[in-house]
Amino acid sequence: MTEIPANNPVGDFLRANLPAPWAAIGNGLIAVAALAGLVTVTAIFLIWLERKVCAHFQARLGPTRVGPFGLLQPIADAIKLLMKENVKPRGVDALAYFLAPLLPITGSFLVLAVIPFGPTLQVVDLQAGVVYVVAVSGLGILGILIGGWGSNNKYSLLGSMRSGAQLFSYELSMVLCMLLIVMGSGTASLREIVLSQQGPFWHWWIIKMPLAGVAAFVLFMVSSTAELNRGPLDLSEAESELTGGFHTEYTGISFSMFFLAEFVNMFASAGLGATLFLGGFLPVQLGYAPVDHALAMLPGVCWFFAKTYSLIFLYMWFRWTFPRLRIDHLLSLEWKFLLPASMANMLLGATLVAFRWIIP
Amino acid sequence: MEALKTSAPALPPGFSLRETRADGSQEYFLNMGPQHPSTHGVLKLVVRLDGETVVEVVPHLGFIHRAIEKMGENETFVQYIHLTDRMDYLSSHINNLGVCMAIEKAMGIGVPERGEYIRVLVSELQRIQSHLLWWGAFGMDLGAVSAFLYGFKEREKITQLFEELCGARLTMNFFRPGGSNADVPEGFIGKVKELLEEMKFSLDEFDTLISKNMIIRERCFGVGRLSRERAANYGCSGPVGRASGVDFDVRRDDPYSIYDRFKFEVPLGSNGDCLDRYLVRIAEMRQSVRILEQVVAAFPEGQYRSKEKASYKVPAGSYFSAVETARGMFGTYFVSDNSFKPYRVKSRSPNFSNLSALNEMAQGGKIADLVAILSTLDLIIPDIDR
Repeated sequence: MTEIPANNPVGDFLRANLPAPWAAIGNGLIAVAALAGLVTVTAIFLIWLERKVCAHFQARLGPTRVGPFGLLQPIADAIKLLMKENVKPRGVDALAYFLAPLLPITGSFLVLAVIPFGPTLQVVDLQAGVVYVVAVSGLGILGILIGGWGSNNKYSLLGSMRSGAQLFSYELSMVLCMLLIVMGSGTASLREIVLSQQGPFWHWWIIKMPLAGVAAFVLFMVSSTAELNRGPLDLSEAESELTGGFHTEYTGISFSMFFLAEFVNMFASAGLGATLFLGGFLPVQLGYAPVDHALAMLPGVCWFFAKTYSLIFLYMWFRWTFPRLRIDHLLSLEWKFLLPASMANMLLGATLVAFRWIIP
Repeated sequence: MEALKTSAPALPPGFSLRETRADGSQEYFLNMGPQHPSTHGVLKLVVRLDGETVVEVVPHLGFIHRAIEKMGENETFVQYIHLTDRMDYLSSHINNLGVCMAIEKAMGIGVPERGEYIRVLVSELQRIQSHLLWWGAFGMDLGAVSAFLYGFKEREKITQLFEELCGARLTMNFFRPGGSNADVPEGFIGKVKELLEEMKFSLDEFDTLISKNMIIRERCFGVGRLSRERAANYGCSGPVGRASGVDFDVRRDDPYSIYDRFKFEVPLGSNGDCLDRYLVRIAEMRQSVRILEQVVAAFPEGQYRSKEKASYKVPAGSYFSAVETARGMFGTYFVSDNSFKPYRVKSRSPNFSNLSALNEMAQGGKIADLVAILSTLDLIIPDIDR
């Protein structure tokens, strides 16, 4: 195990040249600005990517006109959304209606704060990082619930009630999968979890913990798809049934906040999956020294984004292939299959950890 | 604002909500449509819901009523043909054929061999085309958006053939009493042959994408069941009736044109659920391909139309013809008073009867089931309202 320095040179520079409180404030501001930039760029890029991926799945080309390969299309869309009137329908609960779009994006923003993008690129490395992630991602559910309630629309209400049932249930199996990794690595800090996967690729938790790792990864992907409200588990939106579900009434900037949060959430969730199961910012190592040296030349942040975007592609693949489940099927899938499976998997993992049957 | 909350208008009969229950819960209404992504047109469903469970569905019609039958009284018989394009616009060729056959019956007009072959050829292409669109829309209604594009991609090939044939893609106005408006263009049969080969491949592809999908099977199996008796009582025809086991197909049981010369099976379902309706339509596409193969193999030379006439003075009497559109039995009924214009026109549209079974099928299901049922009913709203 090699020691990897955690401090960012920029932070070190500020700490060396400014009095302690100012350095802390300065570093905080830099972190917030960087995250805000990341959120915006990621969302815009993901919108483009989703449209392109979806188009190619459907034997189309997708956006091609605005900018090279249609890259500027999301910006045009964003301008259109911002210019639109933010309609307040009759009879809405104004506080709930206008507060709701802000909560999901806040939640995903907070999740991004603990994700290690690179060895020295992490806003804060919390000791209870995994627990924190679970806690703050609940804000998204709250936003959807009060948005649907405040909209004074039956479709919205149905959508938000569905999502309430769905998101609370799927969080259980997702948390169990995450806890499995916590159990294996012996730490809840996301950075420490990444560092526990050093070495060739079979040291990633997906393989390191025989069988249980793969099972946990699959369960994590399924339940995080439900958490993200993405097809085939996008029941709270359910365009063909509920005409948009919880965001039926939203337009303009309010709608774009929900939209933005959906994509940033997907990024955060994929990032979490990469961190927990695929070695996060660690380079892919094949166990053959010359190749490994070459692969390790790429900075950690590149590896993180490569792994994250692979998972994002998986999410998109699900969405554009599968039909939507029905609400009762969805809930019985969770309570009758995924949750027992996660628990059994947890038990298996615990046995493996206890007897040290883990790939060294 | 307050007035909004308190002044609930009196409900029309049949729309009463049950009393508030002990736990404080209550049924409520949900307006699906006239603008809703899965009503596929301007159909309005007033759905009485208990949570997400459907208690009652009341379809409200008339949003696209154009009085086509009344208009028909003011047009000559031949002019009425193009109006039927606007009923079931996905079966416009077959609707046209129904009208032409009624006129032919009245006037005793025969159709030359090649004309009959063109009729079967075009009708079956139309049926596949309609089912392809339904397939895509079905996928989209159940959340598999990509299926929509796949269905449309295949349908486009047939639509282009139609464009080559009669210049139109949707409202064809192609058949005439005694044959058709024009002969098939040069090389048309070759293109149909190519299409049939591609069609077989894409039907297999559809099976992989949707038919064998577990989620689709889960969502369709046992959903929206309609027994054979009820289907027959409602007058359901076409794939909806046949999925319930009503063994009736106008093409086989009351053969028109030259359908009696071709070998084909009438696929039947046994459960009458959404899955059966789905599978029956897929099987029908394969059967249509089978018919088309026989048609192109024996496509004769010769005249495509017996004699041309601008208008027909139909002798007094009443005339009826029935054809099998992609959605079921389409009947055309003329009453003539020995003039150039019909005295009365009445169409028997399959969609109207099929829609009437919706309430019974949807009761006790979820909203998502209602969408699946609507989708497998394959309604064309302008055909219901006319």
